[in-house]
Amino acid sequence: MHYIIIIISAIFVNNIVLSQFLGICPFLGVSKKTSTAVGMAGAVTFVMVLSTIVTYLVQLYILNPLNLQYLQTITFILIIAALVQLVEIILKKVSPALYQALGVFLPLITTNCTILGVAILTIQKEYNLLEGTVFAASTALGFGLALIIFSGLREHLDLLNIPKGLKGTPIALIVAGILAMAFMGFSGMV
Amino acid sequence: MNQLDNFTKGFFKESPTFTLLLGMCPTLGVTSSAINGLGMGLATTFVLMMSNIVISLVKNVIPGKVRIPSFIVIIASFVTVVELSMQAYLPSLYKSLGLFIPLIVVNCIVLGRAEAFASKNDVLSSMIDGLGMGLGFSFALTLLGCIREFLGSGKLFGITVYPENYGMLIFVLAPGAFIVLGYLIALINRLRKA
Repeated sequence: MHYIIIIISAIFVNNIVLSQFLGICPFLGVSKKTSTAVGMAGAVTFVMVLSTIVTYLVQLYILNPLNLQYLQTITFILIIAALVQLVEIILKKVSPALYQALGVFLPLITTNCTILGVAILTIQKEYNLLEGTVFAASTALGFGLALIIFSGLREHLDLLNIPKGLKGTPIALIVAGILAMAFMGFSGMV
Repeated sequence: MNQLDNFTKGFFKESPTFTLLLGMCPTLGVTSSAINGLGMGLATTFVLMMSNIVISLVKNVIPGKVRIPSFIVIIASFVTVVELSMQAYLPSLYKSLGLFIPLIVVNCIVLGRAEAFASKNDVLSSMIDGLGMGLGFSFALTLLGCIREFLGSGKLFGITVYPENYGMLIFVLAPGAFIVLGYLIALINRLRKA
């Protein structure tokens, strides 16, 4: 039950993009086509789960025993940057097909604040390793859900007759606002 | 380049928020009140200016291949400085900005200016560029914060302008952030053309 609450809360109620405001840059940047949105969502899920596990272990076994909690930000961002590079290299060798699909998104992920955000949140919420992993995976799913819904909406927007001043980013932001309102309907569920 | 132009470009012409759409997460996340927006803006300004200075000082020493990781370490150090000082001297602001303080590290504006400007220019121009961009970002955040706070709770910088129960709560909540920024960008696009 406990895990179900973590999952529902991370995907719907506290959706990382629409209610926590993390990862807005990729949310606006790669949502012009559904196919790229799916690729980005896949890459984020992969890196987020991996980096949360690694940063959690580093926090538990290196930073906490040595009393170096104040180095958290620096350590985590370096781990994430190194991890993204590593994933890129391994993927290129092991699965060229997957690399083709996710490759272009991987370098962008280092500066995606959802990854660092979730790593820090997992520590702040004092989850254990399993809870942290579930939390990271469901947050990534929530990110993917929001991104894919939004890209579908934007594909439709291209076909509509929008007032000139609102074309492009402004209308996309307003649509995102309405989408966020829809997600507010989930609040109070958990 | 003219240093005055260099300073003022961040406010309007190359405003990171309104034209380049960089650093959107703190822009939307912390602007539920004007004071939070201003605090976040100033914290980012400090990091931006200091990292620009240091990066332009060491730009000839760093090999091109490890450029980005080195920049990130420099930026992360200054973010830690801000985080610790804010926790010590402004605990209430620190609490309300929360997660967004460590996340200055991944704010695209900071790394963007380091890569696009500080790694190519001298120390003085880089400092002025960082200061200008940072203040431009603060200005945008404060403006957004003012609008949301005014419409949402009838206050400006915490001072009541009209009774709170006439306020539209939606503007303080998540959807309001997207909608206000959307209209603000539309308005600025319109002004730019005129």
